[in-house]
Amino acid sequence: MVWSTLAQHLLTKPRAPREAGHSTAAALAERLQNLSNEKLGRSLAIRHVDAGSCNGCELELRAIQNMVYDLTQYGLSFTPSPRHADVLLITGVAARNMAEALRQTRAAMPDPVFTIAVGDCAVDGGVFKGSPAITGGADSILTVDLMISGCPPTPGQIIDGLLSLIEAHTGGK
Amino acid sequence: MTPPNLSAHFWQNHSGEFIALWTSGELAYALFDTGLITTSLEDGTYPALSPKHPGAAWFEKLGQDLNGHKASGVTHANTAIEHFLSPNGTAPWPEFRPAPGDGVHQMAVGPIHAGIIEPGHFRFSIIGEKVLKLEARLGYTHKGTLALMRGKSPRNAARFAARISGDATVAHSLAFAHATEAALGLTPPPRAVHLRAVMAELERMANHTSDIGAIAGDAGFAFLDARFAWHRESLCAAASAAFGHRLMMDMVIPGGIAGDIKTGGADAIRRTLDALETELPGLTRVFEDYASLQDRLVGTGHIGTHLAARYAAGGVTGRASGRQTDARINPGYAPYELMELSVPVETEGDVAARVKIRLAELAESYRMIRTLLNHLPDGQIALAPPATSGMGLGVAESFRGPVWHWLNIDTGLITDIFLADASTLHWPLVEHAACTSIIADFPLINKSVNASYSGVDL
Repeated sequence: MVWSTLAQHLLTKPRAPREAGHSTAAALAERLQNLSNEKLGRSLAIRHVDAGSCNGCELELRAIQNMVYDLTQYGLSFTPSPRHADVLLITGVAARNMAEALRQTRAAMPDPVFTIAVGDCAVDGGVFKGSPAITGGADSILTVDLMISGCPPTPGQIIDGLLSLIEAHTGGK
Repeated sequence: MTPPNLSAHFWQNHSGEFIALWTSGELAYALFDTGLITTSLEDGTYPALSPKHPGAAWFEKLGQDLNGHKASGVTHANTAIEHFLSPNGTAPWPEFRPAPGDGVHQMAVGPIHAGIIEPGHFRFSIIGEKVLKLEARLGYTHKGTLALMRGKSPRNAARFAARISGDATVAHSLAFAHATEAALGLTPPPRAVHLRAVMAELERMANHTSDIGAIAGDAGFAFLDARFAWHRESLCAAASAAFGHRLMMDMVIPGGIAGDIKTGGADAIRRTLDALETELPGLTRVFEDYASLQDRLVGTGHIGTHLAARYAAGGVTGRASGRQTDARINPGYAPYELMELSVPVETEGDVAARVKIRLAELAESYRMIRTLLNHLPDGQIALAPPATSGMGLGVAESFRGPVWHWLNIDTGLITDIFLADASTLHWPLVEHAACTSIIADFPLINKSVNASYSGVDL
């Protein structure tokens, strides 16, 4: 009985192939292992604010948390509260209607804060550049420390950018 | 194409299911399932349709905010996207009237939410845990997209159509291409038509898998969330291998597609579909077998068949509330007339029904993708749009429902454009559905409809 159940399980549940972006994820994990994390202690909490995106960047921000990219393995995680956050991650154009909410989020975060603009829209307004409904990219509202371009940037590019930030602030190799 | 110009009386009493309303130049346009009609603006006003068709209210507000054209005889007060910003960037709150009753209080959520989603403000009236009323204030992601599309050639404007709502980028690009092709009398080559459908179905599957997973995750089933997120990731990776972009953005263009399927792309897609098909029955069984999951989903966020019909709800939301509707069949577009598409319908109208529809559509989509890939016609992939003139209307069924694009082209340049995402008619339904449950169920309800913010803020 036990053996037949075991045999059945072995036969009917093949391990799903993990081919999606696996090599990129592996390369990124290796980079982190080579990194000294004295200042940040391998832990960085991110507050995400959509300041006027098309929701494409949000899809890829969700993707960096799936089991292929697994953001938490790098000590990075998203937090709902700006009070707990070290990083303010901004996607989308700087829509005029979102400027106040974005400023309030920044004001609610304890210093020091790293501000990251993710996606072409947050970098400089992207295709919407010049629209009167927006003021440009995230740096038209706040000082931005790091920009990750792409429309939308791939999960690999986003994690790559986040690790660059850690490297820069740890004097990393 | 010249739609009939009706008097105020016939405009207001036109029968059919209301889809969209907008103003352009000296005319107000209304799109019904029975066709497109217009009426002349008088001093910038036109007779309101919202007293008879509640779904028109948002469009009337938008017409006022974008073009300053008023609907006469309206009962709604707040604006759609206008926040009345002061020079220092702050904005006054509109008046939110709480539901009447002792002990009722208001709860404000947003515009910034806890998760990684788009911004929007929700104002709940609650008593204890029970939601009595919900008002959504949107417009936060307004980017002026329509104005940016005017004066551009269709090929240039396609970049904006692809960014109306990133999760439905293929569907919006497709509806925009259909509208342009209708206006210019252009028939895209068969290979492009087939590959467009492959992309549209891949997009549908990628969104359905992540939505199903996210709903289960919200109900505490992290395992399902993880597995469905893995399948979504595989679908995005396959899309990237086949078409060079994970979301297939900018791939569908007026006249055809921007690039052919890559070598090995079809096999990458097939492998992904096989993996999903193998695991799907087991994952579906979890939904059916666990009482604690059923308890969260069944009866939650109820949208009755009558309400869904009143708002002419489309897509998953409409089909979960008894509406046999799908833009791929009615009005229909190529190549779906060859696909023998079966449209799943449920009548319960709750979150569980919307999950069931998504699960059924996954199977239908991978069946169609396989057929399409096995019978890809040879030939060109795009034709150049001629620099001629015309008016066109186009539709595509996105994963959340039909998206409509209307445009006017004059010697190769877009003079005016309007578009309606399915979300415009779904947001009022979210407001209604929230009132059938407790506040803690709202994330489930919101995810089960998954209306776009960007798609209505424009």
